[in-house]
Amino acid sequence: MAVIELDEVSVSVATTDGDLVILEPTSVRLTEQRVALIGANGSGKSTLARLVNGLVAPTSGRVVVDGLDVAREGTAVRRRVGFCFTDPSAQLVMPTCVEDVELSLRRLKLGGKERRQQALAVLERFGLADRADVSVHSLSGGQRQLLALAGVLATEPSIVVADEPTTLLDLANTRRVAEALFALEQQLVLVTHDLDLAARCDRALVIEDARVRFDGPADAAVADYLSSVPG
Amino acid sequence: MLVGVYQPGTSVLHRLPVGPKVAALSAFSLAVVLVRSMPVSFAFLAVAVALAALARLDLRMLVRATRSIVVVAVVFAALQWLLYGPAKATETLVDLVALALAAIVVSATTPVNAMLDALVRWIRPLRHVGVDPERVAMAFTLAIQALPGTVALAVETRDAARARGLGRHPRAYLTPFVIRVVARAQETGDALHARGIGDD
Repeated sequence: MAVIELDEVSVSVATTDGDLVILEPTSVRLTEQRVALIGANGSGKSTLARLVNGLVAPTSGRVVVDGLDVAREGTAVRRRVGFCFTDPSAQLVMPTCVEDVELSLRRLKLGGKERRQQALAVLERFGLADRADVSVHSLSGGQRQLLALAGVLATEPSIVVADEPTTLLDLANTRRVAEALFALEQQLVLVTHDLDLAARCDRALVIEDARVRFDGPADAAVADYLSSVPG
Repeated sequence: MLVGVYQPGTSVLHRLPVGPKVAALSAFSLAVVLVRSMPVSFAFLAVAVALAALARLDLRMLVRATRSIVVVAVVFAALQWLLYGPAKATETLVDLVALALAAIVVSATTPVNAMLDALVRWIRPLRHVGVDPERVAMAFTLAIQALPGTVALAVETRDAARARGLGRHPRAYLTPFVIRVVARAQETGDALHARGIGDD
């Protein structure tokens, strides 16, 4: 299993009223197969997730993935870390499904035919084989998220970070996407508001006001989060 | 609009490599522009229609894709009718439709990725002067893809302004529209970055 290490990592941005702290200095070592990040909107969950593949750079401290420093070896880290966004529309950039998966595969510098074969195989795995030549805009929300995931997994990363992948989906599609995520052999870092999904993970971190409030077994973390919300 | 008109198929035109198709389209366009004859323009149109039939393109898609071009062509033809008479006007109209149809046939029988691969091949010699072919190809794709997305954002923003009763004042939808386009661009940038595209 991959190892994600945060060493005294903090993130802040300069505003006109001084520095705004998005993440207080945090140190964690994630080695479990499935790690959930839960907490309120704006608590810093997404920032924490984005640190893992360098989409957000730490203001201080170090993020190390499998021994690679994210700040210095960003390209190598992004090869290992696949990232899945809340809104798949922003992530899908090619006109048809198979072409979008092929876009991910371009990096492997395969021949055109071989690349297409691989892309079709990936679509098959996600139950999208019959949608290969269909426009990405004509897919349902759930299919679009599965396609985004297919695009991410096409290059076989060793870690998948998913930032609220089911927030925009209905129940059936949430289940479908969750099944796909939980079936992965890769390490999964899952940011979610779906506490049932969070409870299925091996470990969960509750983020509150830019710091880790609780870190431990998933069901205990969910209980802690529930108790922290009044009402 | 020549975006998203690709129709998978197995016709001769689908199987033809990109290079010859683009070369033929260039030659055809040159011929159409250079040959000044009304009767011949109908022959050009016939060739374009025959190609569309050969590619077994969907008639509805053809109508949709050529509609806006026909409108423009009719306006031009009307002007020419006034200035140069009916023969010249007919030639212009038929020529423009033939050109549009030929371009659509190429777009409809060529997947974007094949077009990109060809583009990368053609600009590869420029590598020696510091041009990254993959990056140029990527820029083309993004520009093509951004069009429908931006139109969708414009419609959404206009609807949102209407729903709040903000009326048709440009400020009510232009400001949020511009902000959303920039935000979408940043999201797309993040997504490309996350997928490692443009890293190497």
